[in-house]
Amino acid sequence: MSLSHLERLEAESIHILREVVAECEKPVMLYSIGKDSAVMLHLAQKAFFPGKLPFPLLHVDTTWKFREMIAFRNETARRIGAELLVHTNEEGLAQGITPFGAGSRTYTDVMKTEGLKQALNHYGFDAAFGGARRDEEKSRAKERVFSFRNAEHRWDPKNQRPEPWKLYNTRKKPGESIRVFPLSNWTEIDVWSYIAEQNIPVVPLYFAKPRPVVKRSGALIMVDDGRLPLEQGEVPEFKMVRFRTLGCYPLTGAVESEADTLDDIVTEMRESRSSERQGRLIDHDGAASMEKKKQEGYF
Amino acid sequence: MVSSPSSTRIKVDDPVLPDQKTLLRFITCGSVDDGKSSLIGRVLFESGSVPDDQLVTLDTDSKKFGTQGAALDYALLVDGLSAEREQGITIDVAYRYFATSKRSFIVADTPGHEQYTRNMATGASNADLAIILVDARKGILPQTRRHSLIVSMVGVKNVIVAVNKMDLVDYSPFVFQAIEHAYHDIAKTLNIPNVIVIPVSAVAGDNIAAPSARTPWYNGPSLIEYLETVDVQSNASDAGFAMPVQWVNRPDSSFRGYSGLIASGRISPGDAITIVPGGREAIIDRIVTFDGDRDQAMTGQSVTLTLDREVDISRGDVISTISEPVSASKVVSTQVLWMSAEPLDPQKSYLAKLATTTVSALVKAPDTVLDVENYQDKVVEKVGINAIFKTRVSFDRLIAVAPYNNNRDLGSFILIDRLSNEVVALGLVDGLIPSDLGKARTRVTLTSLPFRHDPLKRSLMKTSSFALGTLLLGFIMWPLSLKWPPALYGFAIAEIFFFLVHELLWARARWGLAGEVKFLSAGEGI
Repeated sequence: MSLSHLERLEAESIHILREVVAECEKPVMLYSIGKDSAVMLHLAQKAFFPGKLPFPLLHVDTTWKFREMIAFRNETARRIGAELLVHTNEEGLAQGITPFGAGSRTYTDVMKTEGLKQALNHYGFDAAFGGARRDEEKSRAKERVFSFRNAEHRWDPKNQRPEPWKLYNTRKKPGESIRVFPLSNWTEIDVWSYIAEQNIPVVPLYFAKPRPVVKRSGALIMVDDGRLPLEQGEVPEFKMVRFRTLGCYPLTGAVESEADTLDDIVTEMRESRSSERQGRLIDHDGAASMEKKKQEGYF
Repeated sequence: MVSSPSSTRIKVDDPVLPDQKTLLRFITCGSVDDGKSSLIGRVLFESGSVPDDQLVTLDTDSKKFGTQGAALDYALLVDGLSAEREQGITIDVAYRYFATSKRSFIVADTPGHEQYTRNMATGASNADLAIILVDARKGILPQTRRHSLIVSMVGVKNVIVAVNKMDLVDYSPFVFQAIEHAYHDIAKTLNIPNVIVIPVSAVAGDNIAAPSARTPWYNGPSLIEYLETVDVQSNASDAGFAMPVQWVNRPDSSFRGYSGLIASGRISPGDAITIVPGGREAIIDRIVTFDGDRDQAMTGQSVTLTLDREVDISRGDVISTISEPVSASKVVSTQVLWMSAEPLDPQKSYLAKLATTTVSALVKAPDTVLDVENYQDKVVEKVGINAIFKTRVSFDRLIAVAPYNNNRDLGSFILIDRLSNEVVALGLVDGLIPSDLGKARTRVTLTSLPFRHDPLKRSLMKTSSFALGTLLLGFIMWPLSLKWPPALYGFAIAEIFFFLVHELLWARARWGLAGEVKFLSAGEGI
């Protein structure tokens, strides 16, 4: 008998999680509330069972997340008894930076990238887990599982550490840090299959339901609260939609779907002919946009 | 928009549920012009793994960066970094994922150029299989020999030689067969047991997903068919049980578990185990997981074990069965791939990370390195980047270790520079050098002599030895000086000489001085 595909992925991810806890001084898990974070958190519970998580969860809150995400986040931390740290870039907030007007480019940079760097510096974390997968985007496909960052949090794609076998070099100088991606080798379908198999709770936004949306540059944007400025003549319309990926609500496109159970989602996924990040507006700025953001310290 | 000259796409509706599929990890090696990225892009496309929005992007990108004129340039599906797009080459390992109805695949797309040998070795280290690309127009090149060597060095047993660009040699069976024969010679030299040579065209799509009508003389499987069916079962679960302890799980005083990934074998509660190194023994009490206790665990699983008694175990120790314990050694014979621009320094103490242990290591400078293209030894003065050589590595203490061929996890290591924190080399253990065991025991005996670190005892011993010497000299000189009085001068001179020699000898003896007594161990001697 040999291990199945998902069993191998699970064992590999648990090995990565334990390696960081054994070798790094102050790790943290970046918890972004989505399905990948849900799987990563579940794997961490497995890795350290029967103990609790030996590190806190950190959520960089841009203040523009879906309300259901925030409720789910608080509930999850309570359910598993984890320490939850929430950080918001107050300077950015004070400058009045929003996902509108100035454009999403500055917004992501200030509220997400800067916010993340502030939090990591503030607490002095030397290793941060992230739920990114290599199948998401081309520059991620070339990133190591243990992704080294200098004191300015910059990624140098041309000078990555070799990572043969299961041997990860975690040594670093003061101020330097490592971003660690335990789900590097998982694909979107693996994540959903695992969620279904393990019965992992996820944010209800992933399941189809009639929700108020408006159509903008081809994407269906949900009107989650009164802060979304409606253009003239724009009337929110109830549509049966769900989300494949979750982020800030004004920047995350919904897909029209009837899939309201895990099985339906897995089936829909297999038949799908588009990639999940299509719904993310920030990736489309240019061919190398994610690579550039990562070099600047984005996760 | 997208035209596919080669027959059918693989159907997306799966008869096998994804959670029951097996996983195949493979690496692709080839050089700048072999069309390696095109081949992977083509495989992704043919297996239906490219989403529509990415195909639209590909269409735009093909016109902007493409090298195929108006046609789709499949290479652009995999060349990710902007630096690579500008130069049209692959500089780092890119991982790709796709699945067919039978298997899930993880592809490590590795750069072929010699300066990126280390990246290729990294990709190959975890691969079950390698696809080596050969340009049909050029045949076997020195780089083909280099890629094959690295692949065989890290123990990849299955190789597919994809003879690409068959469309450019008019699908000639003679061209193909010449390459096939030449490659089988290489495989024989390198002991690669399982080799298949397939004629393909990444651009035209021949023999990628289905047999091509343009190669009627080829009766073998298409590339994807072969990937789906090749048997790559590892035999690691038949070996004796070994689990390097990764982390000691102690949430409270009532629980003490040892967590790790099982490197080989199987284990059940009740099994007798021994800790390597050290030899302490215990019985497995429970196999603890989040989903409940298990009756058995096997190679490749991450588990937490508890024991029936308190044993001192820390990260780096290996839990092993008493019946078939893992060996331990301080000195090993190895094959090393040097990955740093900084040459090997045999005087320098590197850090070696092997499984979950990190120890200091000295690496003997080899007399020769392997010529990666003709497989002969060549004499070098310095060991520089991308050199492959055999040498001895000595650790500063006894660690659990096994030959790479018997146990991958316990037979592979990386070397790290302490100052720069750079990974300077990867290594594979060929064999254990046991001569050191005797020396290690001698050291214990010597350092446990009485009166160690005792200056007072040293003074007393020194005074006594001086008195004894003087007395002995007196016994010789006294009868002489009775017969011939001037001999007393000789006695005085001899006494002064004895004093000097005595001081000199004691200055050399460290015995009884404060501080650690040091003896060279065999490891430090070489």
